[in-house]
Amino acid sequence: MELTSPFTLEYAYKRSLGPVLSRFFTALRDGRLEGVRTATGRVLFPPLEYDPDTGEDVGEPVEVGPGGVVTAWTAAPPPGEAWVLVRLDGADTAMLHRFTGDPASLETGLRVTARLAEQRVGFITDIAGFEVEA
Amino acid sequence: MSDDPVTRFKAPVRLDYTVTAGSVTADFLREILKGRLVGRRCPDCRCVYLPPRSACPTCGVITTEQIEVGPNGTVTTFSVIRFPFEGQVLEPPYACAHVLVDGTDTPLLHIVGNCDVDDMRMGMRVRAVWAEELKPTLASVRYFEPNGEPDVTYDSFSGHV
Ligand SMILES: [Zn+2]
Repeated sequence: MELTSPFTLEYAYKRSLGPVLSRFFTALRDGRLEGVRTATGRVLFPPLEYDPDTGEDVGEPVEVGPGGVVTAWTAAPPPGEAWVLVRLDGADTAMLHRFTGDPASLETGLRVTARLAEQRVGFITDIAGFEVEA
Repeated sequence: MSDDPVTRFKAPVRLDYTVTAGSVTADFLREILKGRLVGRRCPDCRCVYLPPRSACPTCGVITTEQIEVGPNGTVTTFSVIRFPFEGQVLEPPYACAHVLVDGTDTPLLHIVGNCDVDDMRMGMRVRAVWAEELKPTLASVRYFEPNGEPDVTYDSFSGHV
């Protein structure tokens, strides 16, 4: 007879954010989408703490979006979830997030917009998802 | 909503598995139900693994021979846990130790009980203390406790640390 057992692997992490991500999540909770500008002028959204090209510190915050363009996407068969890489207006990099519209409408280049959660706490789910731009 | 800056957040990770023991581990756990520690021996290098392994990772051959081991053993190394943490089962301070059970070649990670943590030593001799009700889990060995034998030298177990 086979022996089986439930097994739960769980880590109750708390993450300290540091200055750059603290600013990002504080702005997000307050309803603003803020990337950061690098020394070479690129805008990273979501922000990174260092310029991945040069390793230098990143600079001032830059408000981006809420509209953007889908650069890549994937969707599980209905009623599954759909996920998109979105480059927000004003940003040079894309972020991964949920797509809450009709997956059948997904295509690269689709214009979408971020829908913010009504109750925001300073977490990435403060963006409830992306939907097709009106 | 708060006006304070967001300086941290919770990022818990949780994965719920159903683990299937497999035939070798299942045999091991059934022996535990009888209050016995049974490892497996590699036919090539003669290493005895506890918990048993289905194949010898050194020689790459299937282990075939089951062999009862213990109940005594030697603490090869240990760590005293003095801090509480989430999900902790025992009350600190307590000692986790690698116990080289007699007749085996691989130390077993377990608890040493019935011993002041400040008395923990590499080379101390211990024996398995079984739970009153045996279940198919290594926790049926409640802990290892000092068995009263004199310590052994580091050289006698240095090949198994
Ligand atoms: Zn071997």
